[in-house]
Amino acid sequence: MPGKLIGLQEAAALVPDGATLSVGGFTTQRHPMAFVYELIRLKRRNLYLFGHSPGGDWDILIGAGCVKRVELAYEADEAFNTVGPRWRRAVERGEIEWEDYSNFSMVARFTAGAMGIPFMPVRSLLGSDVVGKEALTPEARAADPRTAAKKAHVMDSPFDPADRVVLVPAIHTEFAVLHVQKATATGMVRIEGQSYADIQQALCADMVIVTAEDIVEDDVLRRTPELNPIPFFVVKHVCHVPFGAHPYAVYNYYDYDPLQLKEYHDGARDDAAYRAYLDTYVYGTRDHRAYLEAVGGAGRLDGLKASAKFGYSPDLKRRL
Amino acid sequence: MISMATPQYSLMELMTVIAAREVADGEVVFAGTGLPMLGVMLAQKTHAPRCIIIFEAGTVASRLAHLPMSVGDPRAMHGAASAAGLNEVFTFVLQAGRVDVGFLSGAQVDRYGNINSTSIGADPRRPAVRFSGSGGACDIACLAKRTIIIAKHEKRRFPEKVDYVTSPGWLEGGSSRAASGLVRGGPDVIVTTMGVIRFRPDTKLPYLASFHPGLTPGGVARETGFALDVGEAAETALPSAEELRILRDVVDPERVFLK
Repeated sequence: MPGKLIGLQEAAALVPDGATLSVGGFTTQRHPMAFVYELIRLKRRNLYLFGHSPGGDWDILIGAGCVKRVELAYEADEAFNTVGPRWRRAVERGEIEWEDYSNFSMVARFTAGAMGIPFMPVRSLLGSDVVGKEALTPEARAADPRTAAKKAHVMDSPFDPADRVVLVPAIHTEFAVLHVQKATATGMVRIEGQSYADIQQALCADMVIVTAEDIVEDDVLRRTPELNPIPFFVVKHVCHVPFGAHPYAVYNYYDYDPLQLKEYHDGARDDAAYRAYLDTYVYGTRDHRAYLEAVGGAGRLDGLKASAKFGYSPDLKRRL
Repeated sequence: MISMATPQYSLMELMTVIAAREVADGEVVFAGTGLPMLGVMLAQKTHAPRCIIIFEAGTVASRLAHLPMSVGDPRAMHGAASAAGLNEVFTFVLQAGRVDVGFLSGAQVDRYGNINSTSIGADPRRPAVRFSGSGGACDIACLAKRTIIIAKHEKRRFPEKVDYVTSPGWLEGGSSRAASGLVRGGPDVIVTTMGVIRFRPDTKLPYLASFHPGLTPGGVARETGFALDVGEAAETALPSAEELRILRDVVDPERVFLK
């Protein structure tokens, strides 16, 4: 120690305007929210986001005006709100550029990038408008090297012309940011529960930044190396951020926060109320410690802690 | 004494029970977000205890103790036989042909069972209303051996043709799905708050298989935006008191989805 450990603000400042970025987690789970809030405080602009099923991590970035273009399969907090409210408004008002894929095809794209190959064939998408229609024009693609030259390519197999697949282009991003349960100062990462596509997202990025609930000694994670799928030398920076995914869930640590999600989603339906939410919880807080105090501090957070038996809070009141 | 009176239920409860019955015991079920999570958990807690529930975020064979609000919910980890990520379940389970039934919902469903969860409006670049997008729904609809669709029955949700085919059903009917290159699958049934719709084996045209108690076949047809053959429709079998008890007290006691 300290090795790769740096402060959260220092880490977020590495991401410049116009960067290509993917963020770990899945809808209401394990997003690096503390990092996201730092990007908003830094007033980053024109970010290019790549994801499968983001949730409020992207929604708040989009609403705060940080995002130029997204490639995605889904944007919502699932049963907390079936469409990301700021995402929806941004699309309907023509304030964002996007391209639609499916979860499998986005993960195949991350996998291709992680493997160092140019594309991946999938048997999905055929017959759908996901492959039949494009949100980005060919001109918009040609004008910007951050976006693949083509959305997808339908191809009959060279080995059997009756066998058709869809080729989807590899993703390479400048940055991937993950929030995980445990990491070491040397860059080893331990994800507990579902890994979502965090591993592929990390492995197709030039710079991987990990925020973690706990920083542990190498020996702790070296005892079971089969549970550490990301080569440690791929990870460039590590930040220690307890409750770093709040208001989203981290398996074995804490649950999602229904009160905070309700406040966000109620507010985000309205421009002024959304702005007030940002002022209260993001711009009005100096750092993540201050954010956690603003949402209620230990009194709120203790109620979200996961039970050892379940890995979540079985008594959590989820409908308010 | 066991009461023989007809149990009281909401149409949402009835729809969930009828959809859950479409899952057979022992089947591998790939369930999408929303009402399918409710339906598949009910199936597991009633007639299909050995059904294998797959959620796209990476879990295999959850034994659910609490209803998930996300397909990536920590609650999906309970009793799971495997947990990895999206790539593992999409590639090696779904695409490889190991999923018996996909369980989906959506904002719009058309007469060939094509689902729209992307946007409303003729031009998806300038939509009147934007939704979440596919998530894994397109993949599930493309690659499961058959699909159960569960959706609230409103005329505007059941148009002749969806504005955007997020998740392919029978596409244009007939053999058009196979002609697209999809190797298997297709919608088997649409279970709604008004009835049960199935598809003709050859033309893939929809027909009303059953209408819910208290409704009429003609009434269901009038609330449907596409032509619906109602000639063979029978009344839907009532949910049992036990199914309703388990749905209310075991599956969704918090009223996450049930009102």
